[in-house]
Amino acid sequence: MTDEKEITLDRRRVVARILRERGDALLVTGLGSTTWDAAAAGDHDHNFYVWGAMGGATLLGLGLALAQPQRRVLVVTGDGEMLMGLGGLATIAVQHPRNLSVIVIDNESYAETGMQATHTRHGVDLAGMGAAAGFAQSITVLKDGELERSLPIIYQSAGPVLVVIKVTTTAAPTVLPPRDGTYIKNRFRQAVLGSEVFK
Amino acid sequence: MTAAGTGATRNDVWPDDIFAVLKAAEVGQVVYVPDAGHARLIELCQMDDGIKTVPLTTEEEGIAVLAGAWLGGERGVLLMQSSGVGNCLNMLAMVQECRFPFLTLVTMRGEWGEFNPWQLPMGQSAARLLRDMGVIVQPVNEAKQVGETVNAAARLAFDAYRAVAVLISQRIIGFKDWTTAGNAR
Ligand SMILES: Cc1ncc(C[n+]2csc(CCOP(=O)(O)OP(=O)(O)O)c2C)c(N)n1
Ligand SMILES: [Mg+2]
Repeated sequence: MTDEKEITLDRRRVVARILRERGDALLVTGLGSTTWDAAAAGDHDHNFYVWGAMGGATLLGLGLALAQPQRRVLVVTGDGEMLMGLGGLATIAVQHPRNLSVIVIDNESYAETGMQATHTRHGVDLAGMGAAAGFAQSITVLKDGELERSLPIIYQSAGPVLVVIKVTTTAAPTVLPPRDGTYIKNRFRQAVLGSEVFK
Repeated sequence: MTAAGTGATRNDVWPDDIFAVLKAAEVGQVVYVPDAGHARLIELCQMDDGIKTVPLTTEEEGIAVLAGAWLGGERGVLLMQSSGVGNCLNMLAMVQECRFPFLTLVTMRGEWGEFNPWQLPMGQSAARLLRDMGVIVQPVNEAKQVGETVNAAARLAFDAYRAVAVLISQRIIGFKDWTTAGNAR
């Protein structure tokens, strides 16, 4: 179990810091707060926001990473969302996509639904699970310095990479990106694949 | 697409017909939870350098993987047994909302001559549940029609951007060792 007072990182600052280095990386977010975090950092046509499909964000990232092996694919999702798709850690590890980095914004809570405890509050170690599944890198980040050191891992290390970042439960204002699924999908495909795909 | 186009005459080459259709449709990712009925097709896909095969821990993973594949410009197909349909429902909400193309080939159990009563609930509900989640359901009852049905379904999926499930009847699959080994599969 993580001691409450060790956790100091703010989710908005963490996500903004990571995305500042994004370059031409592609981003998938999980439902709820991580989608608002990405929107707060700035809407982008290389973002695919999963507004539902709880448990599916990392696997969507896998399919994308396999289809676009030359580009870095980031999945930024919540601990609750990750816990619903734990089998995905195994499925991803078996494919060993070198270009996929999964970032879990771990507030040890289901923030969206009233801040109930998730299993990570009770000591379930997501980074340990990633390592056991066979991720190339699987680490937990608690401090600013560790966050800085994780950036080259997120963007350059051979994947699959899992970075679990412990963040506070401080409320952050909801910032909404587009929510029409067909629009988000088509905008992303146009940006990544070009207009020809609509012909 | 020779096998599919000309129509196979033997009853055991339908997996090869499907494979030919998938190759012609330029499918790049084949994701699956194994079913005995799909064993041959899975093998063919694994042996093909142009196809990435992704074994899953549960069928719903495959729906998310294929959505990501489409975002990245690749076509895919999900292979599963009818009981897997029940594992997929909430993930299909994303397919419907985003109008992702989706093609799944479902080998049926609990449908025709089943001996395992545990297969009946999902086998009997699979088509209705898929339809409820916005998936077009195309059953096929004869081995020689499998190839052309999958071919037509692939067009609906990838050209008309629809979600389509081909339900491969238990009549077509598995009479061989029905009552011997692998009873529960
Ligand atoms: C299948 C399903 N079950 C439950 C919910 C309700 N729900 C929406 S967001 C959420 C919590 C997500 O928690 P987490 O991923 O940790 O994100 P956080 O808001 O804490 O960053 C839940 C349970 C849902 N949308 N879908
Ligand atoms: Mg959380």
